[in-house]
Amino acid sequence: MNTEVIRVLLVDDETGFTEVLQKRLGKRGLDILTAVGGTVAIQILRKNDFDVAILDLKMEDMDGIEVLKIFRKMDPDMPVIMLTGHGSEKAAKEGVSHGAFDYLLKPCDIEELIEKIHQAVNR
Amino acid sequence: MSNHYYHGLAKSMMFTIILVSFTPLLIIALLAGYQYSVAYKGKVVAHLRELVLKHDQNVDSYLKEKIAEIQVLADVEGIANLKSEVRLEALHNSLLRHHRGDFVDLGLVNSKGIQVAYVGPFNLRGANYAEAEWFKNVQERQVYVSDVFLGLRGVPHFIIAVLIESKGEKWVLRTTLDFIMFNKLVEDIRIGETGLAFIINRNGEFQTTPRKDIIKEVPFLKELAAGKNEFSGFVQRRGSISMETNPATGQETIFVISPIKNGNWLMIYQQDVSDAFSDLNQARNIAAVVLLLGGIAIIAMAYLMSKRMARKVELSDLEKDMMNEQVIEAGKLASVGELAAGIAHEINNPVAIMVEEAGWIQDLLEEGLYVDDNEREVSRALNQIRSQGTRCKDITHKLLSFAHKIDPTIIRVCLNDLIHEMAELCEQRAKYANVNIETSLADNLPEVAASPSELQQVLLNLINNAIDSMDPGGGELDIATRFENGVVSVSISDTGCGIAKSNLSRIFDPFFTTKPVGKGTGLGLSIIYGIVSKMKGEITVKSALEKGTVFTLKLPLAGLELEQDEKSANSGCVL
Repeated sequence: MNTEVIRVLLVDDETGFTEVLQKRLGKRGLDILTAVGGTVAIQILRKNDFDVAILDLKMEDMDGIEVLKIFRKMDPDMPVIMLTGHGSEKAAKEGVSHGAFDYLLKPCDIEELIEKIHQAVNR
Repeated sequence: MSNHYYHGLAKSMMFTIILVSFTPLLIIALLAGYQYSVAYKGKVVAHLRELVLKHDQNVDSYLKEKIAEIQVLADVEGIANLKSEVRLEALHNSLLRHHRGDFVDLGLVNSKGIQVAYVGPFNLRGANYAEAEWFKNVQERQVYVSDVFLGLRGVPHFIIAVLIESKGEKWVLRTTLDFIMFNKLVEDIRIGETGLAFIINRNGEFQTTPRKDIIKEVPFLKELAAGKNEFSGFVQRRGSISMETNPATGQETIFVISPIKNGNWLMIYQQDVSDAFSDLNQARNIAAVVLLLGGIAIIAMAYLMSKRMARKVELSDLEKDMMNEQVIEAGKLASVGELAAGIAHEINNPVAIMVEEAGWIQDLLEEGLYVDDNEREVSRALNQIRSQGTRCKDITHKLLSFAHKIDPTIIRVCLNDLIHEMAELCEQRAKYANVNIETSLADNLPEVAASPSELQQVLLNLINNAIDSMDPGGGELDIATRFENGVVSVSISDTGCGIAKSNLSRIFDPFFTTKPVGKGTGLGLSIIYGIVSKMKGEITVKSALEKGTVFTLKLPLAGLELEQDEKSANSGCVL
């Protein structure tokens, strides 16, 4: 198990969501950077390295799958966990086929998310 | 459709059936009836004529036969024999034997008109005939047949007289013919109720006794006879026929007139037309009754059948309307399904935030409420939960206001408000499809007559189609309302893929779709078309491939009699 702090890039266009999730995950010892929307996330990824990315599937500015494809090109080693609402599971599975590590349905259990993050980091 | 329409339909069907059934029936009845009556009348008249011709011949031959008998006597017997009453009696008896009593008597008259010998039932020996009409006539004509007259005996009779010249002296052999026997020759002609025959002379005096008293007719008969035959003995005019109103009876009557006795007498047969053609009239009456009953049957059948057919049409229209409504409802559900995906996501975001905030509060409470800033943080989180809850409520409210059962009642609707609502409802979906919805709404827009829920469905469908047409890549969606020349129109234009020209004429057909199998029902536009037509509106489309499509709806203005939409009443739509 990696002893270093896990760095997570959290991408979602709902600031209300990213803020509270950042706080909760931060409390559980993860280093979270939030990005509102796909374009911002890509800019951030250009300058920073992350152990794992959590990516919303549906965003106003960019489609989650498009962002995923760019992430895979920019940092093929970084695992990506897709987050999606019920009803978009099909799209999430498509994300997995495009190289996402796994997906979770929103709203998700925080422990489950942390476990998924650990699995991704230690895969 | 109104009852009035079906009443009208039934009526026009009834009249058509009656017309189609009656016309040939009447034409056949009239033509056949006319032909039949002409043929029948012709036959009856020909028969009467035949009868009269036969009898006039009979009468003529009867007279000729009697004359010939007397002439034979005059030729064969000498004056000496004829002068002898014994001989005369023998001759008379022989005549009676062979002629069944036709010869009533036999007498010889000298040149002075004195009857010198006589045998017969009357005592007429020595009678003086010098002044008698027949005596004068026979001097000129050799043979003479008199008219019927009473004479010396006071009984109707007529005489055959033959002039004999012997030794420079002139004698006349005369015989009286039995009037009763002669009368029978024509009296026996009797047909129907009014048919009768008789003989008249030049002066219109009866030579036979008609079986009815027709004395009043005499002046008319004389006139008629004068016109028809002129008593001049035209044998070739035998059996001439005339139909005149008999002034004595006032009835239309058939007269068959034939000259006899070299034109000195006329044999006349007469019969009332109604009597002569009574069989025809009976047939005509039967035909009229049959026609009447048939007519009544046709009218009754036409009435019942047209009523039943109109009822069937009404039922099938009703069924069609119900099917239409079901299809519209199904279409509405389909468009709701399309909305659902967008709305599910929209609702999922606030729910996710609320769940996370609740988890955060739990995290903080585990730490202790009064540690650090936790209390304020909990309060913030609770506020966030409340505001996200309100967000959810707004979404469900919007959805519910759309999804309530279709109410096709047409009321006054403020189109701009409705478009605002629909644009809002579709905003989320548009956002994800990268479509920018722009509305340019005319502010002088009067209210239109429409069912708001159905109009919503129409707009939603058109907006959904427009968004689909711009996938992927997105584009611009313009919704504009206008009020020009007394017409309210709304156009929905997109910058999507457009519709191929070959498809443009088919897009409103049911089940026509260019979407892949399973993606579209092909019902959307046909339902829209149905709804818009029902509202008495119009929908038109213009499209250019790869440039975009414009759908334009024209909607009827709301009349004053319509109820006002609650929403537009509150918002104060411009009239």
